[in-house]
Amino acid sequence: MDQFFNLSVIANNFTYFMVGRFPDGPLGGLGLTLYLAVTACILSFFGGLILGLLSLSRRRLIRYPTLAFINLLRSMPLLMVIFWMYFLLPAFLGKVPETQTVIIALTLFTSAYMSRIVAAGVEGVPRGQTEAALSTGLSHAQTMLYVVLPQGLRNMIPSFVNQFVSLIKDTSLAFIVGVSELTHVGTQINNRDMAYPTEIFVFVALVYFLLCFAFTSLSRWLEHRLSWRKAV
Amino acid sequence: MLAYRFDWSVITSGAYHDWLVSGVIVTLKLSVVSIVFSFLVGLLIAVMRMSHSGPFRWFAHAYLEFFRNTPLLVQIFFWYFGSYKVLPMFVNDWLNEVGFEFAAAAVALTIYTSAFIAEDIRSGVLSIPKEQMEAARSAGFSYLQAMRFVILPQAVRITVPPLINQFLNLAKNSSLAMTIGVMELTYQARQVESYTFKGFEAFSAATVVYVVISLVITLVVNVYNNKVLNIHRAR
Repeated sequence: MDQFFNLSVIANNFTYFMVGRFPDGPLGGLGLTLYLAVTACILSFFGGLILGLLSLSRRRLIRYPTLAFINLLRSMPLLMVIFWMYFLLPAFLGKVPETQTVIIALTLFTSAYMSRIVAAGVEGVPRGQTEAALSTGLSHAQTMLYVVLPQGLRNMIPSFVNQFVSLIKDTSLAFIVGVSELTHVGTQINNRDMAYPTEIFVFVALVYFLLCFAFTSLSRWLEHRLSWRKAV
Repeated sequence: MLAYRFDWSVITSGAYHDWLVSGVIVTLKLSVVSIVFSFLVGLLIAVMRMSHSGPFRWFAHAYLEFFRNTPLLVQIFFWYFGSYKVLPMFVNDWLNEVGFEFAAAAVALTIYTSAFIAEDIRSGVLSIPKEQMEAARSAGFSYLQAMRFVILPQAVRITVPPLINQFLNLAKNSSLAMTIGVMELTYQARQVESYTFKGFEAFSAATVVYVVISLVITLVVNVYNNKVLNIHRAR
């Protein structure tokens, strides 16, 4: 141990931490982390919307199986979902690249949590709105689409942003199937040098922190702003 | 998929069954140890966060923000690979004796969960209207007495369900300990899969255990809400 905190290991590998071997090879590091998080976030927004609306269905035949599926996913660790996908997807789809396996697992997992946010948001819209819309002659689907969802979705925004923060943190689990996102890059460099684990993991943690903290602050600000508007 | 031949005997008896059972025990052990410590640490941090002294409050704030906004996996790696430099020698020796993997995982889980628990406790206390404190003070209670007899008894009731839920999160999060070689449930399921190629059976068994843990906890929360909190609901 020549120096207590040796930052040269970070400086020497900085590009590798940020984008992996990008211009010459596949995207990695922080870039891949963001790619995974953003893709899974967009997909699970729709997944969560569908599951959330199905879980509010008035038909028991739809509602109960959906709730069972959501609760099954919510009671499993994400790692288990990733292993399931890693194991099941090839059986149905043939060879699936690891990155896509992880995106599918993250999407399924996050959709289950998003669906609870959607359900809470929809239920948070006063009943009078639905009744009024129905009595003006809108169908149930139209009521949901034009009256309830636009109001409900606005209240869900802060929770969605929080869920995105969880998603950024969850992408670190892609490490387990060898997807070279930020955490994986950290372990790779650690395995190669074997001398600066403290520096490497403190740096990796700081990068995640800056990213997540920015979004946590955004969500807090949005919550404040939206509640202020509601009061007027 | 059609070519797959199910063989449930792999997980119902024999060595692989024993692996899974030992995995369940390690998962529960890790979760119970971590929940106890993270409650204590979380309580301390929550008190610091609400204290009137600036440095305490700032420290607690930084602690909460930092550990809630970094992935648990990175924290586990930090404690496992990177902590020997920052810890005193005798602590390292002791950790090597008790099994460094388990200790590192328990420390990471404790610190991560304590940040969430601290917020649960804080929001429980903050949910008690200010007037309660003012009324208690004007009735002649000291600040501590008001806390002890008026605020906390109400706050604890509200805080219990989220705390029980944190145990569920902890049980799920403990699966990440497999990455540093703690032989908990997910690790063993993976192990059984690679030894027998019976992934479906192994993962099903592990999933069922996680679902049972979660059902039990949901049940406990529901019973608690009905039996203890019904006073609030009946209006």
